[in-house]
Amino acid sequence: MNRLKAGEVNLGTSIMAVQFDKGVVIGADSRTTTGSYIANRVTDKLTHIHDRIYCCRSGSAADTQAVADIVHYYLQIYAQMNGTAPPVEAAAGMFQKICYENKDGLSAGIIVAGWDKEVGPSVYNIPLGGGVFRQPWAIGGSGSTYVYGYCDATYQDGWGRDETVNFVRNTLSLAMSRDGSSGGVIRMCVITEEGVERLFVPGDQLPKFWEGREVLSAPVRKWVSEPVPMAVE
Amino acid sequence: MDHFPTNWGRPRNDAFDAYATHPIHQRPYNGPKDTFADGVQHTQQPIVTGTSVLAIKYKDGIMMAADNLASYGSLARFKDVQRLHPVGQYTVIGAGGDMSDFQYIQHILEELSISEISAQDGHELGPVEIHEYMSQVMYARRSKMDPLWNSLIIGGFKDGKRFLSYVDLLGTTYSASTLATGYGSYIAQPLLRKAVEGYEDTLTEEQGRKILEDSMRVLFYRDARSLNKYQIATITGAGVSISDSLHLETTWSFAEGIRGYGAQTQ
Amino acid sequence: MTSIGTGYDLSASTYSPDGRIFQVEYANKAVENSGTAIGLRVKDGVVLAVEKLIHSKLLVPGANRRIQTVDRHVGLATAGLLADGRSISNRAREEGANIRSTFREQATVKAISQRLGMYAQMYTLYSSVRPFGISTIIGGVDKNGPGLYIVEPSGVCLGYHGAAVGKGRQLAKTELEKLKLSEMTTREAVMEAARIIYLVHDDNKEKEFELEMSWVGSETNDTHLPVPDDLLKEAEAKAKEALETFE
Repeated sequence: MNRLKAGEVNLGTSIMAVQFDKGVVIGADSRTTTGSYIANRVTDKLTHIHDRIYCCRSGSAADTQAVADIVHYYLQIYAQMNGTAPPVEAAAGMFQKICYENKDGLSAGIIVAGWDKEVGPSVYNIPLGGGVFRQPWAIGGSGSTYVYGYCDATYQDGWGRDETVNFVRNTLSLAMSRDGSSGGVIRMCVITEEGVERLFVPGDQLPKFWEGREVLSAPVRKWVSEPVPMAVE
Repeated sequence: MDHFPTNWGRPRNDAFDAYATHPIHQRPYNGPKDTFADGVQHTQQPIVTGTSVLAIKYKDGIMMAADNLASYGSLARFKDVQRLHPVGQYTVIGAGGDMSDFQYIQHILEELSISEISAQDGHELGPVEIHEYMSQVMYARRSKMDPLWNSLIIGGFKDGKRFLSYVDLLGTTYSASTLATGYGSYIAQPLLRKAVEGYEDTLTEEQGRKILEDSMRVLFYRDARSLNKYQIATITGAGVSISDSLHLETTWSFAEGIRGYGAQTQ
Repeated sequence: MTSIGTGYDLSASTYSPDGRIFQVEYANKAVENSGTAIGLRVKDGVVLAVEKLIHSKLLVPGANRRIQTVDRHVGLATAGLLADGRSISNRAREEGANIRSTFREQATVKAISQRLGMYAQMYTLYSSVRPFGISTIIGGVDKNGPGLYIVEPSGVCLGYHGAAVGKGRQLAKTELEKLKLSEMTTREAVMEAARIIYLVHDDNKEKEFELEMSWVGSETNDTHLPVPDDLLKEAEAKAKEALETFE
């Protein structure tokens, strides 16, 4: 089933959010494509929803922007009505409601993350059908499928800020290197009680991993033993 | 994904196959297409899915089991999802199928419970009422051509009576002393029938747990969308209790000596 | 009320020359004629109690409840016109459900109360409607702890530690002020609430009454429930005992 409408701009993406003791780190690549043409190579996919709540968007750019705008609007009402910043759970719940009730028309995979005074840091994953799943770490977008194994093998509970930032940077770099629909730069945000800190990794300074030869030419045969001259009688 | 290389990355002038890579009669149409040409599509497809749910009657009430996996196609995406959901004090509802629809069902049952509480009429929702309600909801949604993509097993114990019944995305309902959804209905149901039918009033909790554990193990061996992490719920006169996640013990050592697929010996 | 009979009291949409809305003040009279309702906000929950006057011996005991459940964690008690109380509790349930469905979060007691206040205020603006003839005490527990509010016929909504409306509210308020509410448990508050209702009930003037009580908090797993029968009996017995020593 093709979920994009004809000619639609796609966030074929690598996005991610990870919680740690004092906050969350969210991150995304910066590539936006129409088909195989890169419409924007420096996109910002980290979207402000409220003072301490951000989301990472994947799927249709138009759909996810519209949904994020609606939730942003309602959370401002929430803050006015209650006199307090909204909890991340409420933001995730509203994203979920919109994505679920319009599942036939939307292609949106959204990760909501942030910090609130009731539960501290939290990460919510809202995949295609419009379910919500709270997770310690979440990855999404087309690039994520290439790095599930890396995340499972690497993630550890109890990390601090720096280890978490490192994890996000490495994971996204790996995803971007294998997924043609992801690439460009890495943008990250560290959201804590104190505030939101923006981090940036330029496309030419992405962490490098094994870059040896992946496809080898035909093997060069060596003589198993030295040629021995034929004995002359 | 579109597997025709000629369709990749050519946003314009795709109306003809310039390199004639397709046999004429199969050439896909790439011309301009109305966004709404496909019409409005209601009947969706499940996306994040859970697999089987198993349930049996036993001496003290009802016992139900489901694993903790929510799949995304063949990707094991969420590995500690709870698919057994308590409703009120007498009922557990177990779900296979689309997890977002299951979360929606949990939501409407929460609303129903609140309106039932606020009525303060001395009536409490039991498994019978919840099953009837869900069957009406499921049938109404399929009649709108917009089904809730689930198979549900509803089990409960109220006023000294056991209740165990099934309802699915079509609104089909049935009741039996053993029930299984999805893959479980092919693989586990025969095992459950053999172990339970005729012994409903004598099976102990321990025996019941063993039967479900054995069935979950077989499902883990044979269902490619299953997980070796699962939960068991019991609903008895003492109320609802849902276990922590349990780990399935499995056997593989017999495979060490297997060689090839026929005559091979080494 | 010097302006009575001058025509300014016929509609809620007309002010009197000195800036009053008589229909709202008359609505308050309906509240004042009603059996007392009180609410106690204590350290681990809220207790609501109502002096339900029995106007006919033919009524089934427990009929015509004046305490209603709004949401799992919120209840309300009304003083004034019984039917208006039912109507406002239905509205409160809708507001609770509405907040739950928009924000996917349990509504706070404050949010429900403020919305009820706005609702009641709407009925003070038009000539086609009559203001609510009730004062509503809304009590419950939420993420901010216990909450207790009163919504008056004017639409005013205020938070309280101890709340009293209806006929015996003055005496009830003086009794509530004597209590150290913020140090009390709900179990203790049940006893005090029963005592206050028995105290403010005027045996000479009034017919019989039924004590109706509910609580919500740590004792009830944050669910709004009627006070269990045995505890209610115990509280009533103690209240009667205290009444004899009080005078």
